[in-house]
Amino acid sequence: MVFSKKHILGLGELSAEEIKVILDTAESMKEISTRDVKKVPTLKGRTVVNLFFEPSTRTRASFEIAEKRLSADVLNFSVSQSSVVKGESLLDTARNFEAMGASIMVIRHGMSGAPFVLAREIGASVINAGDGSHEHPSQALIDIFTIREKKGRVEGLNVLIVGDILNSRVARSNIFGLRKLGANVRIAGPATIVPEYFSEMGAEIFYSLEHAIDNVDVVIMLRVQSERKTLEYFPSLREYSGLYGLTREKLKLAKKDAIVMHPGPINRGVELTSEIADDPGAVILEQVANGIAVRMAMIYLVALGESL
Amino acid sequence: MGVLIKNGRVIDPSQSLDMVSDVYIHQGRVKEISKRIDTPRKSDTVIDAGGQIVAPGFVDIHVHLREPGYEHKETIKTGCLAAAAGGFTSIVCMPNTNPINDNASVTEYILLKARTEGIVNVFPIGAITKGEKGDELAEIGEMCEAGCVGISDDGMPVTDSGLMRKAMEYVKPFGIPVITHAEDIGLSAGGVMNESFVSTKLGLRGIPNASEEVGVARDIILCELTGTPLHICHVSTKDSVRLVREAKKRGAKVTAEATPHHFTLTDKEVYGYNTNAKMHPPLRTQEDVDAIVEGIVDGTIDVIATDHAPHSQDEKNVEFDLAPFGIVGLETALSLSLELVEKGIITLDEMIKKLAVTPSEIVGIERGTLAPGSIADLVVFDPGRSRTIKTGEFFSKGRNTPFSGWELKGVVSNTIVSGKVVFSRN
Repeated sequence: MVFSKKHILGLGELSAEEIKVILDTAESMKEISTRDVKKVPTLKGRTVVNLFFEPSTRTRASFEIAEKRLSADVLNFSVSQSSVVKGESLLDTARNFEAMGASIMVIRHGMSGAPFVLAREIGASVINAGDGSHEHPSQALIDIFTIREKKGRVEGLNVLIVGDILNSRVARSNIFGLRKLGANVRIAGPATIVPEYFSEMGAEIFYSLEHAIDNVDVVIMLRVQSERKTLEYFPSLREYSGLYGLTREKLKLAKKDAIVMHPGPINRGVELTSEIADDPGAVILEQVANGIAVRMAMIYLVALGESL
Repeated sequence: MGVLIKNGRVIDPSQSLDMVSDVYIHQGRVKEISKRIDTPRKSDTVIDAGGQIVAPGFVDIHVHLREPGYEHKETIKTGCLAAAAGGFTSIVCMPNTNPINDNASVTEYILLKARTEGIVNVFPIGAITKGEKGDELAEIGEMCEAGCVGISDDGMPVTDSGLMRKAMEYVKPFGIPVITHAEDIGLSAGGVMNESFVSTKLGLRGIPNASEEVGVARDIILCELTGTPLHICHVSTKDSVRLVREAKKRGAKVTAEATPHHFTLTDKEVYGYNTNAKMHPPLRTQEDVDAIVEGIVDGTIDVIATDHAPHSQDEKNVEFDLAPFGIVGLETALSLSLELVEKGIITLDEMIKKLAVTPSEIVGIERGTLAPGSIADLVVFDPGRSRTIKTGEFFSKGRNTPFSGWELKGVVSNTIVSGKVVFSRN
């Protein structure tokens, strides 16, 4: 099947087939990263802009490496050095880059739906690199790619996502993607940040980590995002980590070969104990490495879609 | 110079009138309604209303005119044009301008502008508290003297229940209603749309139904405590309808309005981050829409009002969180109300009652009737004629509507204010 989407705005917008195309393409891209010369000329002469309206280290770096491996010209725009502080609107900022010839825009924004504004109004292809509490498609694709690599399949697996589901874009993208590929998704966390509406998306809701973790193949621990006011939803970090922090004892309740994932950056001692983060079952750094291949695939595929 | 409207179906719920007849208007007043009137004078304007409805001009008791202060969104002049094009002969404007209409000089400015530039009647609402800040009472008496027909901090609730009580007590001798934007800000918690499956999916902060209902319940209780007439703006939830219904049963002096968008659309309109579906209170679910329609049918909802809230395209074409709340409504309200008639939910008579008669009664203005001798504010419209909503044809400066491109019925052919044809369309 051919990937014919001009934009990648979220896994909610993609079909299972389209998700599989991205994952398969990422496998070929991963091979490039094992070569001595880790570069292909695919996007030579094209300009990709990374519009980052929110601070980010790994996502921005990962996209930049991915773009460079595809030989694109890369422009980085981050909010601290931007005209946004001078009051320029999102659209005006994007239109300027478009006028400079950018054909793909990778956008990270603190507000849900911001990439949709660009996709609606701008000629360039738009890749969502995380928008507010909505979606973080590249991260979920990385998670799903890593799960598929480790487990050989996605369908039928029990995947548990723990933490601030309400405010998490990683959770939403994973729920959409994993459900479309046939995994069973459980979510667990304090009742204030695990709203019941998520069951309508096909996730099974738990308030006890011990119950939720029983017999799971994959545990995805979400970061406590203190910058998103998550702390208002429960009394203290101490109580949170006592109830929902992953320890070796709790992990024993999962399947023997269960893997532990985390989108990073980790708050050691809050979501996970250090011993888990450094455990062989934890694939956190592999997620980071896979990130480049997955993002190369996303950029490559929208570039194809754009030229159709 | 008079106006003779011939052959129209004249519907005036204020005098239980519904028959094909002629209407003669002279010296700004309704002179005569009867089966056949021949033109008494050569200079009279004659309107052939064959196949059309002739009714008291509509009265919108919830309009944001934006002037003074936000003239790029709307002016009194353009707002009045939009009103006339939509069949409204009187509009009641909310005080959240800049400066806020919280004292008599702002009221006088609005009325002066309306007299010189507006083609329909403008009746201002004064603020309850100074600057709509919810701290201290505005000079309600002076504003009332200057022409305000009600008080409201619309857009913001009065958070302090004690102050709300004082406002309701203080306003009583002036005989004007308190018009409440009922909301519990703490429950709204910075939300930008209805709290629902849709908000959860879109990752947008939700405003629960309870936010409005807690406000409605409190204000009904204060209404019953003080005995001051209370009008509840833009009811959007099922349980708000229930609370109003129960209060009315107890005999509380409560009235309520619903907007066309709240009885037509659900929060699914927000999908795709459509900022033209962002308003306050937000679009709710089908269950709420059904309950509002039920409230319109059984009389719990007294009035259809638009909450006309124009914004510029640039202001709306931004991130959903940043877009201002509100949509325009004056030029689509009639067609959307006629949908209810078309579906057999209410009669034309009931629709006109909620668009003209009852709103006039609530704010105590001498409008909403075609009784002989009354001020000649009328609308003539063709309920069967189809139209496509084209924002480019709006008279309002605002283009912010979720109804763009909709095929609807109902076209206003003539709007008459004080016996003068201020708007006509072929």
